Amino acid sequence: MIAELGHYALALALCVAVVQSTLPMIGAARNDTVLMRLAQPAATAQFLATVVAFGALTYGYVTSDFSIINVAQNSHSLKPMLYKVSGVWGNHEGSMILWVLILSLFGFAVAAFGNNLPPSLRARVLSVQGLIGVGFLGFILLTSNPFERLDPAPLDGNDLNPLLQDPGLAFHPPMLYLGYVGFSMAFSFAVAALIEGRVDPAWARWVRPWTLAAWTALTGGITLGSWWAYYELGWGGWWYWDPVENASFMPWLAGTALLHSAIVVEKRDALKSWTILLAIITFGLSLMGTFLVRSGVLTSVHTFAVDPERGLYILGLMSVAIGGALILYAIRAPSMKLGGMFQPVSREGGLVMNNLLLSVATATVFIGTLYPLFLDATTGQKVSVGPPFFNAAFVPVMMPVILLMAVGPLLAWKRGDLPGAMARLWTAALFSAAVAAFVWTQHAGTAFGSIIGFAFAGWLAGGTITEWAARIALFRQPLSVSLSRAVGLPRSAHGMTLAHLGLAIFICGAVADSYWREEVMVNAKPGETISIAGYDLTLESIQHSQGPNYQTETARLRVMRNGAEVTILSPERRFYPVQQMPTTEAAIHSTFLADLYAAIGDGHAKAGWTVWVWHNPLVPWIWAGCMFMVVGGLISLSDRRLRVGAPKRGQNLSSSETKGPESAAQPAGAD
Amino acid sequence: MNRLIYILPLLLFAGLAAYFATPILQGKNPHTLPSAMIDKPAPLRPLEPLLSSKPGLGPTSLTGDVQLVNFFASWCGPCRVEHPLLMQIAAAKTVPLYGVNYKDAPEAAVNWLAQLGDPFERIGRDGDGRTGIEWGVYGLPETYVVDRAGRIQYRHVGPLSRQTFEETIMPLVNRLREQNE
Repeated sequence: MIAELGHYALALALCVAVVQSTLPMIGAARNDTVLMRLAQPAATAQFLATVVAFGALTYGYVTSDFSIINVAQNSHSLKPMLYKVSGVWGNHEGSMILWVLILSLFGFAVAAFGNNLPPSLRARVLSVQGLIGVGFLGFILLTSNPFERLDPAPLDGNDLNPLLQDPGLAFHPPMLYLGYVGFSMAFSFAVAALIEGRVDPAWARWVRPWTLAAWTALTGGITLGSWWAYYELGWGGWWYWDPVENASFMPWLAGTALLHSAIVVEKRDALKSWTILLAIITFGLSLMGTFLVRSGVLTSVHTFAVDPERGLYILGLMSVAIGGALILYAIRAPSMKLGGMFQPVSREGGLVMNNLLLSVATATVFIGTLYPLFLDATTGQKVSVGPPFFNAAFVPVMMPVILLMAVGPLLAWKRGDLPGAMARLWTAALFSAAVAAFVWTQHAGTAFGSIIGFAFAGWLAGGTITEWAARIALFRQPLSVSLSRAVGLPRSAHGMTLAHLGLAIFICGAVADSYWREEVMVNAKPGETISIAGYDLTLESIQHSQGPNYQTETARLRVMRNGAEVTILSPERRFYPVQQMPTTEAAIHSTFLADLYAAIGDGHAKAGWTVWVWHNPLVPWIWAGCMFMVVGGLISLSDRRLRVGAPKRGQNLSSSETKGPESAAQPAGAD
Repeated sequence: MNRLIYILPLLLFAGLAAYFATPILQGKNPHTLPSAMIDKPAPLRPLEPLLSSKPGLGPTSLTGDVQLVNFFASWCGPCRVEHPLLMQIAAAKTVPLYGVNYKDAPEAAVNWLAQLGDPFERIGRDGDGRTGIEWGVYGLPETYVVDRAGRIQYRHVGPLSRQTFEETIMPLVNRLREQNE
């Protein structure tokens, strides 16, 4: 009964979405306030109906109702409650419900908080959002109904893929979808602006918080996924350039570019058509991620059940949404007023460079992901693109980005002073050299690349801190003055500082791990000792026990350093009988500077067990760096929301460098 | 001219969409990409053994029985997913399983097998990917069915699933065994 209710709610949501996507759009064209206003209750109703549908499916999982095919295929009565709930989105149908839930949540947010938007813009944004809803709700109802019944119901379910039964992965998809779907807001705003034929700084002020929210969630989601791969897959790495990882990374890169170009629209009323295009591309890449995972065009660990019908539908959806938006773009963008011309050496010039390089980086990942397929389709020639390609192609593109990241924020809007900025960067150069020298003394004879990597990280961190210190006049004014300046600084400035610092920290972790990782693999019997990076690990015992839905062998490794006990590591090897699948549960001893990472493989009492130990220097910095970015995003977001609430001109523009947008809006003439 | 720039994204996207749609519309299952090599002799240059305890692969190793040849690498994530199934196939001894270690560092591959178990009867090392190119490998893992005469009969791209193994590969292996007897 509950399942049928959920199915009904989905159908209802589709009907409401059809209304939401048509009538307000017509209303906006005819300037009919009543029709335009219809968008708000429609968005709210769509959201509520989707909540009911999602709730109904969750209820099926929580109560282990195996008469629902989806539950029977992906759950098991013995599964811990957390994974019963996360099982809802651990499969194709359920994850699509989560998709539309988040989509309608964003629509609802615009309906609820968008009172200060121009009515026609709001109506059009909600209409476009509703149109995306129609597409996805139709997709679920036509090809992937999660509420289908099974008769007779089996006694127990098939269980969820054990690799996915993990706390990190329980929250990875919701975060990732918040990011993917969040970019739908930027897309809806872009399409609405194209229909209106108008983009102004107020538009950018609206787009930025949504983009920032999506970007922050996506950063968190990718980090969780990477962290999960690191400790769950038990092979010590954290990023593999797997097609599906790339599918989430491309919208992130494009979204990062969008985040920065929207600043230029807001502050300088320029780069408008580019920003619109970027918003379309970013959401397009998000859709492509969804398509690639579900169509089986690329194979990967993450691939859902392959179904050509579904692949075709999503492709059709993508064609309508992105193709339609691009047609609109081709018609409308040329007539859009161009913003002011600007100097290459200026804040906006730096942001343009940032956009250019990030676009190249996105294209690099795009090509690397699709090239093998492309070449095979056109020439029949076979190649394989793996991590070597990405390391060789992606890293060099990102290096100038890092260089510029330190310089850009120091340049003023309109006309920057490059020599002046460089002069202020001597501290950063010094810091960078000091970091490189320190690395050299610590790791004499290390590869040249690692020194370069750290020098770049030092440069970025130095430049970022220099800029922040200058803004609050640290060390030039008494500390109390600096403190009050820091409090007075817009939160977005703090957010940017944190996010950029986060990237520097991340680079340290990534470089250290790729150059200095140590690993030892031995076949050990209880009593034997393994030495790595100054640690001695003694295998004390291996115990068998029974988990809720698995059997497990747990090793006990006593870790000693210089004769003193550090910790006990207990890596596990689990076997899930329902899915006939073993998993490894790594044990990690994390210090600020490194991870000591242990996993066990096959073995038995006579032959001994395979014990695998890694020493991964600075890996905790990778997660810390990503956390910095997420926190930076959140802090910045808290600023934005205030600003959107009170978008009075100049009110929040505290520093002298931010001229009001109206003064910058002199078009240089269309060509 | 200037207008063209604004139409360019649309054109690029149209090309991409058409390209994505082609295999689906033609009804190709991406996991069973037809191989140009079907029914042709498996090209096999001598491959040096990965492990000192096991033989490598040579031109004559693929004759005698029907066998599966699996291309794997330690850097390949999906290989890990299919590995437990390979171990079960090896334990059941229903069909010989040979491995080709594709573009991999030997130490990494040896460690990988030590951690997860070694399901292969023979393992050849294809360090430069030459053999992979000759077989038409495009994404790891890939599994080929090779008949008694050493001809490729089937190609599976991506991690092998139990269903594919039981419903497609084993019936084919049994059929091939009968045919050649």
